[in-house]
Amino acid sequence: MEAAITPTALIDNAFVEQVRRDMLAFAQLQLRDATLAEDAVQDALTAALTGGKDFAGRSALKTWVFGILRHKIVDLIRQQSRTTPISAFGNDEDDIDQTFDALFKANAHWQPACRPAAWADPEAALREKHFWAIFDACLTHLPKNTARVFMMREFLELDTGEVCAAAGITTSNCHVILHRARSALRDCLEKGWFLAGERPC
Amino acid sequence: MLNCKDATHRMSEAEDRELGLGERVELSIHLAMCKGCRNYQQHLHILRDACRGYREHLLGTDGDLLRPERKGES
Repeated sequence: MEAAITPTALIDNAFVEQVRRDMLAFAQLQLRDATLAEDAVQDALTAALTGGKDFAGRSALKTWVFGILRHKIVDLIRQQSRTTPISAFGNDEDDIDQTFDALFKANAHWQPACRPAAWADPEAALREKHFWAIFDACLTHLPKNTARVFMMREFLELDTGEVCAAAGITTSNCHVILHRARSALRDCLEKGWFLAGERPC
Repeated sequence: MLNCKDATHRMSEAEDRELGLGERVELSIHLAMCKGCRNYQQHLHILRDACRGYREHLLGTDGDLLRPERKGES
């Protein structure tokens, strides 16, 4: 049996700094608030490193920190949505909806020029560093509330009911926001990577 | 009959809740006839894979693809 390693054996400053940096980038992407993100990561790291728990390796430690961070992020969103309810509508959201609506004819079928085309070689894309830079930019470009809801669903892997409850919104608004996020990201990845420069819409 | 715009909503909801039998049948019939919506579905699946991949990279400890190149580091 592989012996568990205590945190002190795993942890050197460079590793802690790397974990902190990765978690902070993630928390910032999700929360869109530098102070909240910094506090959440600080708390999660402290809790993980002082919890007296042994880890089977660095990856296990990172997963543990992320698990704590995940709870903190959802708590923060829940607290904030109590005082400032998440709205499904706003100017940035309108822009996304208009871009999406423009893909369709009046009868709600695709405009011929905008009809989705197959994306080539997605597996290769996911191995490219540049793809991830574009993906990151597309996520950063999502409006705050849209990003919070979408990322709770797809990155924190909450079920839809939990996402709607934390955001304090109805299930139908939840579906509207998730569809909007996906259509914005689809559009952004298409223009930025899969069909870059090839299509007008 | 489902139009393409409704079909995109239906496909997105399918990622978030279990569709009813009637909803699934309607969507399948639409997809069987509509290449554009089949491609849209492919894009949604790629998007989901990308989200999973992002999470895996975030939690990985080696050669992290997410981390930007930093100048001046060895």
